[in-house]
Amino acid sequence: MTKKPLNKKSSNLTKKQMMEAYEKMLLIRRFEEKAGQSYGLGKIGGFCHLYIGQEAVVVGLQMCIEKKDQVITTYRDHGHMLACGMNPNGVMSELYGRIDGYSKGKGGSMHMFSKDSNFFGGHGIVGASVPLGTGLAFSNKYKNNNAVTLTYFGDGAANQGQVYESFNMAKLWNLPCIYIIENNRYAMGTSVQRSSAQKDLSQRGVSFGIDGEQVDGMNIESVIEAGKRAVQKTRSNEGPYILEMLTYRYRGHSMSDPAQYRSRDEVKEVRDFSDPIENLKNKIISKKFSTEEEIKKINTEIKNIVDLSAEFAAESPFPPADELFKDIYI
Amino acid sequence: MKIEILMPAMSPSMTEGNLTKWFVKVGDFLRVGDPIAEIETDKAAMDVESDSEGTVIELLVEQGQEKIGIKTPIAVIDTNTEKLKGKLFTNTIDDQSATKIKKEEVKITKSTDQGSQTTVREAIRDALAEEMRLDSDVFVMGEEVAEYQGAYKVTQGLLQEFGPSRIIDTPITENGFTGIAIGASFSGLKPVVEFMTFNFSLQAMDHIINSAAKTLYMGGGQLNCPIVFRGPNGAAARVAAQHSQDLTAWFSHIPGLKVISPYTVNDHKGLLKAAIRDPNPVIFLENEILYGDVGKVSLKDDEIIPIGKANILREGMDITLISHSINLRLCEEVADILIKEKITCEIVDLRTIKPLDKNTIVKSIKKTNKCVVVEQGWSQSGVSSEIISVIMEEAFDWLDAPVVRLTGKEVPMPYAENLEKMALPSKEELIKAIKNIL
Repeated sequence: MTKKPLNKKSSNLTKKQMMEAYEKMLLIRRFEEKAGQSYGLGKIGGFCHLYIGQEAVVVGLQMCIEKKDQVITTYRDHGHMLACGMNPNGVMSELYGRIDGYSKGKGGSMHMFSKDSNFFGGHGIVGASVPLGTGLAFSNKYKNNNAVTLTYFGDGAANQGQVYESFNMAKLWNLPCIYIIENNRYAMGTSVQRSSAQKDLSQRGVSFGIDGEQVDGMNIESVIEAGKRAVQKTRSNEGPYILEMLTYRYRGHSMSDPAQYRSRDEVKEVRDFSDPIENLKNKIISKKFSTEEEIKKINTEIKNIVDLSAEFAAESPFPPADELFKDIYI
Repeated sequence: MKIEILMPAMSPSMTEGNLTKWFVKVGDFLRVGDPIAEIETDKAAMDVESDSEGTVIELLVEQGQEKIGIKTPIAVIDTNTEKLKGKLFTNTIDDQSATKIKKEEVKITKSTDQGSQTTVREAIRDALAEEMRLDSDVFVMGEEVAEYQGAYKVTQGLLQEFGPSRIIDTPITENGFTGIAIGASFSGLKPVVEFMTFNFSLQAMDHIINSAAKTLYMGGGQLNCPIVFRGPNGAAARVAAQHSQDLTAWFSHIPGLKVISPYTVNDHKGLLKAAIRDPNPVIFLENEILYGDVGKVSLKDDEIIPIGKANILREGMDITLISHSINLRLCEEVADILIKEKITCEIVDLRTIKPLDKNTIVKSIKKTNKCVVVEQGWSQSGVSSEIISVIMEEAFDWLDAPVVRLTGKEVPMPYAENLEKMALPSKEELIKAIKNIL
C-alpha cells in the first residue's frame, strides 16, 4: 500500500459546479451562523455543534454521489443535512425543538434523519456512526443495488475501537463504504497530536488492507477530485476506502466551549488564508464565472432562506404533549 | 492393568450423550490422544480421545447407543499388553471419511410438523428457517452461526439451506457487528443477531440502547429498527461470574426495546417468529439449559404467538407464582410437591417481560390473593421488583399477604458447585417463601 500525497491539484470544475458548490457552502455557513445566534438568544438549547469552516468537505463529497447513496454522520450534522438536500426550515425547526422539525422536536441538533434524502443521522455517541454506516453499506451489498455509503466521523472517533471492528468486517466482506474522517484537529479540546499515536489518520486502515489518502478538506476542488475517485473505486466493487479530510472548525466544539486549547491566531490564520468559501469565491471571480455583484445577490438570497427558516421555526408550535409517548414503538 | 474409559463430560451443561461411532475395535492398540469414538451431545459431535496407552479389550456400548450418562464406562483397555503394539491406530481409520460422515449427518432443516415433539433448540431453528423462507430481508448474523453450525447448535443446517450471504459468521467483535446489523436494519433489512451468550452483549450495549432502541423516537418516527437479538441468557452450569448471569432486567429497563423470555417449546417458536416480524428491536432471551427440553409444537402453519401476552401455565387457587424462562421449571416442581399438601399454585408464565402483561398478573392476584415472584436475576431493580410494583399499584386491595420475591442472590456467580447452587433460587427456598405467606 502506498501512501498517496496530499492532493492539491485543481480539478477544473465547470462554472455550474463551482456556483453550486459556492451556494451550498454559503447556505451551510449562514445557516450555522444563524443557529449560533439563535443559541445565544436561548432559542436553541442543549448541545449545538456548528460546522463552520468544514463546509467544503460535505458539499464536495455530496457532489460525487448519486441519489441512491446513503450518508450517515455523528453529531456535527447540520451541514450534512443541508448538503443532502434537507429543508432548512425543517432543520431549524428541529433545532428550535418544534413540531415541524425533522424529528418533531424530539431529536434536536444531534438527531435528525431523512429517509427521502437518504440521510441516516445524526448520532450522538462518538464512533457509533461507523458500524452503523458499515451496516448501511452491508445492506447495499445484500440488496446488490450498487449504492455506496458515505460514513463520516471525526478525528476523535477515529480512536474508538468499534471503528476498527468495522474496518475489519468492511474489508472482509468487501462492503461499499467510504469512511470520511473529518480531521478538524481537535477532539473536543484534545488535539490529534495529544490523542493519536498514528497521526496520519488516512493510514488507520493499513492493518485491514484498506487504502486511504489525506485530502485538503478546505479546498472544494481537492475534495471533489478525491471523492469522485473514491466513489468510483468503491462502486466498482473494490471495497471500502478512507478519505481523511484535513479541515478546521472555526467555532468551539459546541456552543459552550471557550476553545482555550488553541490560539486566536491559529483560528485567524485558517480563516484568512484557507477559508473554503472565500477561496472559491475568488476563483469564481478570477475565472469570470460570476461577478461581485452576482455573488452579492446570491448572498442576499441565501440570507433570506436562512432568515425565513428561523422565522418558520419560531412560529412552529411546540410538540403537543401526546408526542411524549409517541414513536417509542411502531 | 485393565482400565475403563468413561463417557466424558464435554461441556459444562452435558449430562449425557450419544455414541454415534466407534473408531476402534477390540484388539486395536491405542496411544494417548488417539480418537476412540464420536460422541454427540446436545451441542455438538466430538471425538473422545484415549488418555491411556494400551489395547482395546472390550467395547461396553453399542455404536448408535443414545443417552449414555457421563462417567459411564464405555470401553476397557489393557495397558499391559504389548502384542499388538506397532499396528498404528491411524492405519485403520480413514480420517477423511470420518469427517465426511460428520458432514453428511448434518441435518437438513425441515420444520417439525404441528403437534410433533421437538426440542427448544429445534423450535428456534424452525422459526428462523420459516421466517427466512417467507422474507428474503431476514438474515442471521453472529459468531459461529454458519460453518460451525451454531455454538449451541441452534442454527444447525441453516447455512446449507440459505447460504453464506444470509447466514453470516462474524469476527468476535460484538460492538462492531451489532452496530452493523442495526445499520442494515435502518435500510430495511431484518437481521437476527445471535449473541453466543447474552454475556457478550454487554460489549454491544451502547448500540442496543443508543442506536437500536432510541432511533425511532429521536427521528420522530421516521426510522425504525426491525432487528432481533437472540441467544442464551441466565445462569449456565459452572461457568462462573462472567458467563453466568441473567440480564433480563437490564434490557427491560429501556423504552424502545421489547424483551421476550420464553419457557415452552411452542412459545420459543411462536414468539421468535413474532419477534422477527416485529418492526421494533426485540431482545429474545433463551436459556442454555432449556435448549434440550422437549415439548409439543401446537402452532399451525404461519401462526405466531403475540408479544406482550403472559400465559397461565397452570391454574390454581391458593397462590400465584409468577416467573419466566427456566425458573418456571422450579415453579412447576414446587407446585407438584405442594399439591400433595392440597395447596394449588397458579403459575403465570410472563413470556414477554416488556411490554409486561399487567392484566394477566392482576387477574391472577384477584383470584388467589397471594403471590411469590421468582427470577434468577439479582433482586435490586429486578423484574420481580417491577411486578411487585405493578401489583401494589393495581391490585393492592386484593392482597391477603405481602408479595414475596425469590431472586438470584446479589453475588457474582461463583464457580464452586455448592456455592453456585446457593446463588440460585431453590425449591426449598420457594416452598418456604410460599408457606410463609399462606
